[in-house]
Amino acid sequence: MGLAGVRAVSALAPVIDVQGVTKRFDDRTVVDRVDLRVERGEIYGFLGPNGSGKTTFIRMLCGLLTPDAGSGTCLGFDLLREQREIRLHVGYMTQRFSLYDDLTVRENLDFVGRLYDVPRRNEMVDEELVELGLTTRQHQLAGTLSGGWKQRLALSACLLHRPRLLLLDEPTAGVDPQARRDFWEKIHDLATKGLTVLISTHYMDEAERCHRLAYLAYGHLLTHGTADDIIRESRLCTWQVDGPGVAQIAGDLRRLPAVTQVAAFGTGLHVSGTDAAALERDTAPFHRAPWRWSRTDSGLEDVFIHLMQSVPDNATREKKKET
Amino acid sequence: MSLHRFTWHRFAAVVRKEFIQMRRDRMTFGMMVGIPFLQLILFGFAINTDPHTLPTVVVANDTSPMARSLVGAMRASEYFDLTRPGPQTDAEARQALKRGRVQFILTIPEHFGRDLVQGIRPALLLEADASDPMAIGNAVSALRGIMDQAWERDLQGPLDYLRRPPPPADLRVHRVFNPEGETVFNVVPGLIGVILTMTLILITALAITREKERGTMEHLLASPVRPLEVMTGKIVPYIVVGYIQIVIVLLAARFIFQVPMVGSIPLLLILAPLFMACNLAVGITFSTIARNQLQAVQMSFFFFLPSILLSGFMFPYRGMPEWAQAVGALLPLTHFLPIVRGILLKGNGLPEVLPHVWALLVFLAVILSIGLKRYRQTLD
Ligand SMILES: Nc1ncnc2c1ncn2[C@@H]1O[C@H](COP(=O)(O)OP(=O)(O)OP(=O)(O)O)[C@@H](O)[C@H]1O
Ligand SMILES: [Mg+2]
Repeated sequence: MGLAGVRAVSALAPVIDVQGVTKRFDDRTVVDRVDLRVERGEIYGFLGPNGSGKTTFIRMLCGLLTPDAGSGTCLGFDLLREQREIRLHVGYMTQRFSLYDDLTVRENLDFVGRLYDVPRRNEMVDEELVELGLTTRQHQLAGTLSGGWKQRLALSACLLHRPRLLLLDEPTAGVDPQARRDFWEKIHDLATKGLTVLISTHYMDEAERCHRLAYLAYGHLLTHGTADDIIRESRLCTWQVDGPGVAQIAGDLRRLPAVTQVAAFGTGLHVSGTDAAALERDTAPFHRAPWRWSRTDSGLEDVFIHLMQSVPDNATREKKKET
Repeated sequence: MSLHRFTWHRFAAVVRKEFIQMRRDRMTFGMMVGIPFLQLILFGFAINTDPHTLPTVVVANDTSPMARSLVGAMRASEYFDLTRPGPQTDAEARQALKRGRVQFILTIPEHFGRDLVQGIRPALLLEADASDPMAIGNAVSALRGIMDQAWERDLQGPLDYLRRPPPPADLRVHRVFNPEGETVFNVVPGLIGVILTMTLILITALAITREKERGTMEHLLASPVRPLEVMTGKIVPYIVVGYIQIVIVLLAARFIFQVPMVGSIPLLLILAPLFMACNLAVGITFSTIARNQLQAVQMSFFFFLPSILLSGFMFPYRGMPEWAQAVGALLPLTHFLPIVRGILLKGNGLPEVLPHVWALLVFLAVILSIGLKRYRQTLD
């Protein structure tokens, strides 16, 4: 890759630094005044329920959608005016497979390599194939790959031109655990070499592998920071309840005023609330045999479900009533 | 790497990819080659372009053996039907032609036989109803052949020299009702234009809509590839396909339909890509407007109909009302038909067809710029 378009950015400057980014589709605000800062070498997790605007936000970062409001920089380039430069240095993996079904694995990589004018293209493609374990399948049509292999191919396609920022939209959906572990090892490896990664996911174990997280719900950025920060800030305390027939009391517990949520957790329940004292007081009648109560740390999942329920969105409010 | 300008390597990448995809898509490729055959059969065979026993009146002002030999030979051929109880006078004959009751009037002048024998090549006037040009072409050529043989027995001994060309009588064909007198040979060269219009617009109209529908557009848009690179990269492979189609039709024209080709085939092959590019650009522009492949197909047919009807392929261009000519003039096929017919049938060179070449160039520039304007660089 030529050097044209590379801007000298101080190593300390954030890779993504945007403020007030907003996107509307026909009067519906899908992303609402989102501020985000991602530092170099960081793995930044992007979480949120379906339809919360993750994909839309990522598309705005790589110039596929034009924000209706907001400003900022991505890799030191202006988000609104230098979309073309941004594209050159970003590797974007779409949520839906977007390579050619009717080209082989190798032809797909080769095509991408040519578009970006990757130097020593054939060698690079070979390396990428080995790296991803796709060498034996290189002459298979991409459309005939299984879902997990398609994901791996898509990832190598967006790494081929050695981007400085990776935008991965649910890259591990439908990937088996071993492949997911390999994938995360690779991501961490790349991050230590200075690559910045913004990754959207619905998996909590993956969220925990990120350096920092942001939680988006219905277009609003509800919280961000490290997993510990987020848990601490939520001031959510959680009890673990075990014992026979514990599922039957879930409904009763949910109706208690201090209880914000009750979630099945393995064979037991997680009962959470924001006011520790009130929670203990209200649940006292249930602190008896055959159930065993113990304090436990709130997990990210507890916090996110809690956050989601606190958002004024019609869809969630209705859901809450049902439960 | 240039971000803002057209670059060859990205263009070449798109071309390569399109070729690979085309090779894999056997069905579509088969259609592209199959359609010329289908059309050749439809227009070439099914629609009978070589009708026989056409009603003919002979107005004989001479009763010499020469005149009688000619009429006898015509009767023997299958092209002319002289049995109709015909009009006797000139005026009656003309009336019958106007009403379409007879296709031809052959007028044998006074002293025909005498003049012929003296070697002064008397004129024979054949008036033909050319409102259906396909109907008369072969019969007229047949008449020339008949004339060669009709007097074989009469022109013996000292008159033998008259059997050498030029023929001893001068056949003058007067086409009425359609002075252009298009012949059957107009159809097959015209088919080149029709086939290219039909297949190339459709195939490219689908090209970008397919990328949108399959989701591959998102990846393409996120890459540094420029709109012009995508558009031209998708056009070039289909020019190759267009050449295959041209060759198929030319071979059929030459060896199946025996279309005389007087002009320069290389000139035609040089000018053809311009016309192909026009159609491909139309297709690509459609595909930037259409939301899905079905819409792309519909738009292609919307363009295809006037192209067939108003370009002069179906009906003589000069016979159309002015508004129809004006619409026709906007279509690339209207300008390609005179090029292909002019070159193949009339032996036109570049200077004669140049006005139409300019028209195509303007058309291409306009359509490409519309397409580029419409091509969205974002998903908004
Ligand atoms: N092109 C579009 N036109 C109109 N609405 C759109 C468009 N793209 C997305 N939306 C809407 O914007 C909202 C956010 O969509 P988005 O795809 O960004 O969500 P997401 O967080 O990626 O969801 P998921 O986790 O399911 O992938 C959705 O309600 C969606 O219907
Ligand atoms: Mg999404």
